[in-house]
Amino acid sequence: MPFEVLQKRQLSEAVFEMTVAAPAVAAKVRPGQFLMLRVDEHGERIPLTFSDWDAEQGWVRFIFMVVGKTTHALSHREAGETIADLVGPLGKPTRVEGLGRCVVVGGGVGAAVAYPVARAMAEAGNEVTVILGARTADLLVLADEFEKLPISELIVATDDGSEGRKGLVTEPLKELCDAGVVDHAMAIGPAIMMKFCAATTRPYGVPTVVSLNPIMVDGTGMCGACRVSVGGETKFGCVDGPDFDGHLVDFEELMSRQRIYADEEREADAAYRQECSCRTK
Amino acid sequence: MPERDALERAEDFVEVALGYPEELARAEAERCLQCANPTCIAGCPVNIDIKSFIGRILEGDYEGGTRVIKERNPLPAVCGRVCPQEEQCEKACILARKGEPVAIGRLERFLGDRELARPPAERERPETAPPSGRRVAVIGSGPAGLACAGELARLGHAVTVFESLHAPGGVLTYGIPEFRLPKSIVRAEIDALADMGVEVVTDTVIGATYTLGELLEDQGLDAAFIGAGAGLPVFLGIPGENLNGVYSANEFLTRVNLMKAYEFPTYDTPVWRGRKVAVVGGGNVAMDAARTAKRLGAEEVFLVYRRTEEEMPARREEVHHAREEGVEFKMLCSPVEVLGRDGWVTGLTATRMELGEPDASGRRAPVCVVGSEFTIDCDTVIVALGTRANPVLTSTADGLELTSRGYIVADENGATSVPGVYAGGDIVTGSATVIKAMGAGKRAAAAIHARLGAS
Ligand SMILES: Cc1cc2nc3c(=O)[nH]c(=O)nc-3n(C[C@H](O)[C@H](O)[C@H](O)COP(=O)(O)OP(=O)(O)OC[C@H]3O[C@@H](n4cnc5c(N)ncnc54)[C@H](O)[C@@H]3O)c2cc1C
Ligand SMILES: Cc1cc2nc3c(=O)[nH]c(=O)nc-3n(C[C@H](O)[C@H](O)[C@H](O)COP(=O)(O)OP(=O)(O)OC[C@H]3O[C@@H](n4cnc5c(N)ncnc54)[C@H](O)[C@@H]3O)c2cc1C
Ligand code: SF4
Ligand code: SF4
Ligand code: FES
Repeated sequence: MPFEVLQKRQLSEAVFEMTVAAPAVAAKVRPGQFLMLRVDEHGERIPLTFSDWDAEQGWVRFIFMVVGKTTHALSHREAGETIADLVGPLGKPTRVEGLGRCVVVGGGVGAAVAYPVARAMAEAGNEVTVILGARTADLLVLADEFEKLPISELIVATDDGSEGRKGLVTEPLKELCDAGVVDHAMAIGPAIMMKFCAATTRPYGVPTVVSLNPIMVDGTGMCGACRVSVGGETKFGCVDGPDFDGHLVDFEELMSRQRIYADEEREADAAYRQECSCRTK
Repeated sequence: MPERDALERAEDFVEVALGYPEELARAEAERCLQCANPTCIAGCPVNIDIKSFIGRILEGDYEGGTRVIKERNPLPAVCGRVCPQEEQCEKACILARKGEPVAIGRLERFLGDRELARPPAERERPETAPPSGRRVAVIGSGPAGLACAGELARLGHAVTVFESLHAPGGVLTYGIPEFRLPKSIVRAEIDALADMGVEVVTDTVIGATYTLGELLEDQGLDAAFIGAGAGLPVFLGIPGENLNGVYSANEFLTRVNLMKAYEFPTYDTPVWRGRKVAVVGGGNVAMDAARTAKRLGAEEVFLVYRRTEEEMPARREEVHHAREEGVEFKMLCSPVEVLGRDGWVTGLTATRMELGEPDASGRRAPVCVVGSEFTIDCDTVIVALGTRANPVLTSTADGLELTSRGYIVADENGATSVPGVYAGGDIVTGSATVIKAMGAGKRAAAAIHARLGAS
């Protein structure tokens, strides 16, 4: 079933925002949920998190980083064109009610996922601090949008100090924990970042939720590709998650499982880049 | 029936069984006694008038034969291929007593294929009743949902089928491999239903995109049929099961069939192509996974099953095909641990089993032989232990009564605890067969028709 692209916006060199008409889906989305899409008939099904949606106007929006063939091909879809499939909303919504003083950490493209979550937490009456991290200023996404949210503080950290503080997101997170002003933490980003955020909050006993990103196929609980170990139990990321208790997740296993198709992903992307450069010549 | 050479076919995904040419079909039909009391019919879960479709083949009236089948079964080219005929119609054929029943399934396939070889506009189309003005939702586009939809459309109701995946067909599309059931055939049989007015809406998960209640109330549908299948994979629950290289059969087959990973990189979805593959299980799903692994280039494929070949639930024909293609059977073995290094599978430790006393199912229960552990050297493990009910839909459907294992409770007509909501196929019975699912879909369609007529 084709879905029309309504708008495409480039947020940084490798990060895009896309708005797609999907009325039935838009009517149902809640923060923290995701969709599966396929760009074309030969495409892979990939999961992306809703960054925004409008039930009345019938559209959904997501932000993605170009990391391989599918996200690359998606970045070439223009307004007025279609993508082959979009299904959702999938996964359990993020808990946002009654959390108290929250810190939301968004790393890299995880900021896109963090945005609607922080917004919902703030709207639900929590006091929200956001920590955004990236390797360098160019890779920071949505900082302006976060500024506009009713949050108490926005802390930016870059590895090279090109914007905000120099250093990792775990440093301000630790300072806030030290100050005793955190009731609830949420970390969204690369597995390694979530792992260190969870390690940072653990000694303080601050409940810490992470939004996991295992490889998925169907996204509806049918295949088990997305299985993750949480507290020694196997869970399916797509239906039991994507949110889990960060203190219980086996991050080493997650990172290992994310690399299963590293060779094939490189091959597919290289072939696609070749094809693109031929077409534009 | 003619088949492709085992060594040649084990290298590709082209169909194994070639089907009857016309002369062979006629010769096989000649064997039918055209019994005054055709026992075969009761053996078919949808009671196709077998005697009469074979009679039409004898007369050379192939279109007529197809019409007879389509009165009862909208998917002859599919069922002719995948029905366990030896357990159903052919078992009940009078000639089975002498050991050589009429090859009913193959004759059905012959007619189904001939029909699909005709231009779409000329194909047999069951007569449809005038529009009733009633609308019914069918959830899931597997055999149960398709059969129910086809029957409701024939009775004049407007039917919309909702499917969560991007392609319809259920297990026919994502599970059963191309070399056993070409996807072009599934597609063509579904197109024939669309021709009758059945609307298929893909990319829609009931329980997520809409709840069942919303379909009935907000969208004003008059009744619903749930044919969502039993799609939740079961794992072994042993150490090492989350290593890279361990697949559920569902994931492995979905990557290959639905996503066409065997054509990577033309298709984008990859699949890990193991050199030495251990498949755990003894059903049709295990055979399909093993034969698929072989075709993806595995040098060795082991089938690890805890009972003996006698007890394997897979069809004899598929066991035979797997063996011919070089799958090695390791019977009376039960896995205890998946071994790995650097996150990847390196082996499967299993223990030997013996058959003990018969269990509740009447089969002798395997018991493990103490101290008999050994390791199978492999880089891939595919777990084909069966599936359970997926709770995505049922957990959001208020008032729907479920069994302790999560299946939907339904009576013989498919009626559930919610008025106007019917269910059938694997979501009610647990994993069964294509034709049983279709039978359940049709019975529910009749019950829905009666209900709509009465109200
Ligand atoms: C619940 C969830 C929500 C996500 N939300 C976002 C988001 O909002 N924005 C965003 O940019 N990314 C998000 N991701 C990650 C995104 O799905 C991957 O970046 C994308 O699949 C990469 O596809 P590719 O073909 O471009 O790259 P590939 O070359 O295929 O892979 C690059 C990386 O993506 C991972 N990956 C590949 N295929 C899949 C798959 N089917 N499922 C999950 N990961 C995969 C690989 O492990 C690898 O690390 C999310 C992932 C999950 C599971
Ligand atoms: C690999 C394999 C090989 C097999 N081989 C044979 C064989 O040779 N012969 C035989 O007779 N039987 C065989 N079977 C069994 C047979 O395929 C099943 O019994 C049959 O397909 C059940 O039909 P169904 O319609 O109940 O469910 P399914 O075929 O499972 O279809 C259910 C459909 O519903 C969709 N769905 C699920 N949940 C939702 C939701 N919430 N919203 C929307 N859609 C939803 C699913 O995506 C799926 O498409 C095999 C099964 C497998 C897995
Ligand atoms: S549908 Fe199956 S059981 Fe019925 S006659 Fe055909 S092959 Fe036999
Ligand atoms: S029982 Fe066998 S021989 Fe008799 S009509 Fe049926 S198929 Fe023919
Ligand atoms: S992606 Fe298939 S079960 Fe989660």
